[in-house]
Amino acid sequence: MKSIIAHDLVKTYDKGKVRALDSLSLDVEEGTVLSVLGPNGAGKTTVVRILTTLLRPDSGSASVAGIDVIKSPEKVREVIGLSGQYAAVDEILTGYDNLVMFGELYHLGKKQAVVRAHELLERFSLTEASKRPIKTYSGGMRRRLDLAASLIVKPKVLFLDEPTTGLDPRGRQEMWGVIQELVKGGVTLLLTTQYLEEADQLADEIAVIDTGKVIARGTSDTLKKQVGGERLEVVVEQAHVAKTMEIVAAVSHNKVTLDEGLRQISAPVSTGSVALFEVLKALDSAGIHALDVGLKRPSLDDVFLSLTGHVAEEKVEEELGKKKSKEKAK
Amino acid sequence: MSAINDVAIITRRQLLLLSRVPEVLIFSTIQPVMFVLLFRYVFGGSIATGQPGGYVQLLMPGIFVQTVAFTLAGTASGLAEDMKKGLIDRFRSLPISQSALVVGRTLGDSLLNIVVLAVMGTAGYIVGWRPSSGFASIGLGFIFLLFFGYALSWVGVLVGLSAKDARVVQNVSFIVTFPLTFLSNAFAPTTGMPRALQYFAEWNPVSTMVAACRQLFGLENQFGATAGSFPSEHPLITSLFYMFVIMAIFIPLSVRKYRNYAD
Repeated sequence: MKSIIAHDLVKTYDKGKVRALDSLSLDVEEGTVLSVLGPNGAGKTTVVRILTTLLRPDSGSASVAGIDVIKSPEKVREVIGLSGQYAAVDEILTGYDNLVMFGELYHLGKKQAVVRAHELLERFSLTEASKRPIKTYSGGMRRRLDLAASLIVKPKVLFLDEPTTGLDPRGRQEMWGVIQELVKGGVTLLLTTQYLEEADQLADEIAVIDTGKVIARGTSDTLKKQVGGERLEVVVEQAHVAKTMEIVAAVSHNKVTLDEGLRQISAPVSTGSVALFEVLKALDSAGIHALDVGLKRPSLDDVFLSLTGHVAEEKVEEELGKKKSKEKAK
Repeated sequence: MSAINDVAIITRRQLLLLSRVPEVLIFSTIQPVMFVLLFRYVFGGSIATGQPGGYVQLLMPGIFVQTVAFTLAGTASGLAEDMKKGLIDRFRSLPISQSALVVGRTLGDSLLNIVVLAVMGTAGYIVGWRPSSGFASIGLGFIFLLFFGYALSWVGVLVGLSAKDARVVQNVSFIVTFPLTFLSNAFAPTTGMPRALQYFAEWNPVSTMVAACRQLFGLENQFGATAGSFPSEHPLITSLFYMFVIMAIFIPLSVRKYRNYAD
């Protein structure tokens, strides 16, 4: 059963000049997680806003939990939870006040709303902060409270629009933990993100979107395969670059690339660790000491780059660098 | 009915917000009280009214109307603030009546007006304001004021939802309300104004409201009302008419704007 179906959604702004969505289609199987991955302005938030009844598409159709989003928005609202890019909770009110208010708006009745508020505060480790106004919360705590508010009546389908944007690494880790717990509970989840790593961590399937269209979709593994297999990377002293390139070329039989700044030589390999071993042996007999050697599976950054011809965002460079060093450390 | 229940919850939220940030309530009352004192003692001595009890009798209805007119700014900036924080998206994605948020907001702002008017009335009494009509008539005057504030609150909804930036809202609201309250009979007789302005001031809803309140509070003197002009002679009916027209235009527009505000 498909829990979310979007078919040929079109949404334009400024009298058709800006095409936010350009015949976008996607679907999500019940009980699975789809991550909609794309850079800023790709149309991620627009899709979420249409599916959560906040926005009407110019054309196309969509259903959530079998209910038509355009014809019966009020019925859709009963089965969804939405947590947006901004923590949409009342800053002045306490965490407890917010949850009770939303509980009452979900027609739980005062008593039930209070019980549910305590449950959720406990579950998201916010009990201690429950009597403090939200404005004293950290970014991560706000997002958790916002998420809690979207879970007051167990939604069948949950939408999280960039749930970790703006959080520090620790806040992001915490949020991931919370989302992974939720997913175990069997909710259908559509999650948008511009963090490739996040999609990799949380989603069963990934839909890559760019300029309002889905340009690729599949599991993280399938997408990675689209860009080819593993890459071998070696960093050596400047004096040894030329010789190392020869060695790598001999093992790889593929095009070898050199990053001159990093003095990093890399090439696609099909034999994985065997190739790694061969290169190490050859370097050793040539008397070259490698500063860093590693096998790297293509990251989603590579996927994005090869699919769209441009990087996902400015930060990608920086994150790529970090990820590489992490993988090498292993 | 669940729609009424939704509105009640949102209205209660407004009050809860007030109780958590008492400064809002304090400042919403300090400003009008300050106006009462300033006008009473700065202009009161130099404006000849021929009114027993002096200028303050004429002034109080004027300041009451000005204060409730500023509800427009309060509603507008409150909504713009909610919008900026993404709260409106959250509310709109809930299975609640789609106009509950704006209806609750306007009602909450009107409840705030009750408190503000009570404080101002007390301040006025201390500095010599003595409405001379009966209890029922005075009560009706305050109901008129609340109703007028409520109608303008709906203009505020549209302003708040239309603004792209919360900071602009405050400015826009003041640009609308300030001239309206001063180009009126609220603080000085309209007879001293140039003819064109005088004409505008006569028909200005603020003037008709002030005149209506003066009448309900038992004043004969209408502060330079032009004899034979319809709004000056029938301020109650004209004001009622204005309030209904404002609501008939702005409630549907605002609710529509709220439902489609992102489109």
